[in-house]
Amino acid sequence: MTQHIVRAYDEELSALSAKINQMGGLAETMLVDAVDALVRHDIAKAKSVVERDVQLDTIQHEIEELAVLIIARRQPMANDLRHIMGTIRIASDIERIGDLVKNIAKRVGVMEDRFLGARSLAGIQHMAHLVLGQIKTVLDSFSQNNPALARHVWLHDGEVDTLNNALFRELLTYMMEDPRSITFSTHLLFIAKNIERAGDHATNIAETVHFIETGQQLSGPRPKGGSSVFALTPSDE
Amino acid sequence: MSFASETAKALNAGDAQGAPKAASAKVAARGVNVHYGEKHALKDVFVDIPEKAVTAFIGPSGCGKSTFLRCINRMNDTISTCRVTGEITIDGKDIYDRMLDPVLLRARVGMVFQKPNPFPKSIYENVAYGPRLHGLARSKAELDEIVVRSLRRASLFEEVKDRLDDPGTGLSGGQQQRLCIARAIAVSPEVILMDEPCSALDPIATAKIEELIDELRENFTIVIVTHSMQQAARVSQRTAFFHLGSLVEEGATDQIFTNPKDRRTQDYITGRFG
Ligand SMILES: Nc1ncnc2c1ncn2[C@@H]1O[C@H](COP(=O)(O)OP(=O)(O)OP(=O)(O)O)[C@@H](O)[C@H]1O
Ligand SMILES: [Mg+2]
Repeated sequence: MTQHIVRAYDEELSALSAKINQMGGLAETMLVDAVDALVRHDIAKAKSVVERDVQLDTIQHEIEELAVLIIARRQPMANDLRHIMGTIRIASDIERIGDLVKNIAKRVGVMEDRFLGARSLAGIQHMAHLVLGQIKTVLDSFSQNNPALARHVWLHDGEVDTLNNALFRELLTYMMEDPRSITFSTHLLFIAKNIERAGDHATNIAETVHFIETGQQLSGPRPKGGSSVFALTPSDE
Repeated sequence: MSFASETAKALNAGDAQGAPKAASAKVAARGVNVHYGEKHALKDVFVDIPEKAVTAFIGPSGCGKSTFLRCINRMNDTISTCRVTGEITIDGKDIYDRMLDPVLLRARVGMVFQKPNPFPKSIYENVAYGPRLHGLARSKAELDEIVVRSLRRASLFEEVKDRLDDPGTGLSGGQQQRLCIARAIAVSPEVILMDEPCSALDPIATAKIEELIDELRENFTIVIVTHSMQQAARVSQRTAFFHLGSLVEEGATDQIFTNPKDRRTQDYITGRFG
């Protein structure tokens, strides 16, 4: 991107992007740690994830304030305007990812010790790994101004849904086999749903990045993993 | 000076770009070139200016905006070194037709300049001058009516109704500019050309002119040159970007300012080096 005649304008825009990267990095490690806390039943780690969420809120507010200031100062146009509006949206998506991850961590705190063993947790870990990849890639697409990469993320959103549905059936089987596993399995269902929704926010970010870079909305067919089972999984926290 | 070759070029260019032409073009330029002596100031401009809408010309200093504006009412005829080729039509009629009287053309195509330039006469006389010159009023009463109506349309009447005999030069800058607009519309032109009409005005006076432009477009075809991107975005429906004497991009104003197609347009409107 060529530079603005007014250098301070470039600096303000870079500061905005830097804050997004900072938020993204935070959210990624929070997700890694939350799943780790779940797998190891590490209550202290879970607690630290919950505590870190407030940092995301703070940076999001900084982004909003800086964006408003830039709009007032520079009257941005065209790609600059899309960039600033897009940054505000991306910050709010990352903030939502943080909330979802925080919910996972909170749940780890109240869950009784593992009941089902590694079998069921493997599915969660796999999902988290996929979503983490989506978040990482979409944030790369933002910092590299790469709409093709954003599109790639957007196209692969279905895989997470498919995994979530598979996990749902798996946990359902355990619950039917042994009613004592119901509480634990239900927690896992909610956690899976939270991870899946974090993935949805990565998809939102992909749409925003694509719009920033091209001025066009992402469109066209994309594989969706949803099925009738989808409607049965927990929908909200 | 309608040249068959120029017209053919116009058609070819239209085809090549596959650009849809505006539905009802009031003013159409086909392969317009302007030279000042050796200097090639405007290069092969093709554009349609739609009727009863505001079209904004933007671009860096010296890119030829004013030059092109002056082609539309043949003001360039008054510059001895200036040579205009190509075709410009209004309602499909060539305005460079040798049979056409430039004075009559300028009654149909009014102009408002950057610096308000009222005649050193009364407010009334400033507005009455044109209609009288073109014999638009048969009686004093009719002339009065034209003057009042024009001042009203220019949103100036309320402020000057008690002092129509005072000199126009005694008004504030913003009022003077509205007086010039009243003077321009008094002869009922079809097209109004405005060359940076607000550059000498404060934000309040500017807002009043912009509001006025928005009202005037119901009845007039307006072309405005402005260095303010925000002004172009606010007042116009179409925007044309000029660069180094060429028309780089023309399109719906909303599109030009949110998602321009040409890299040069984007660099210019976002304040980057070209
Ligand atoms: N009367 C003239 N004689 C010679 N050259 C001229 C004359 N008028 C304009 N030019 C040249 O033609 C080019 C276009 O000038 P023009 O005034 O149309 O630019 P512009 O886009 O209106 O610029 P600005 O934004 O500064 O008003 C410039 O290089 C200018 O120097
Ligand atoms: Mg000029």
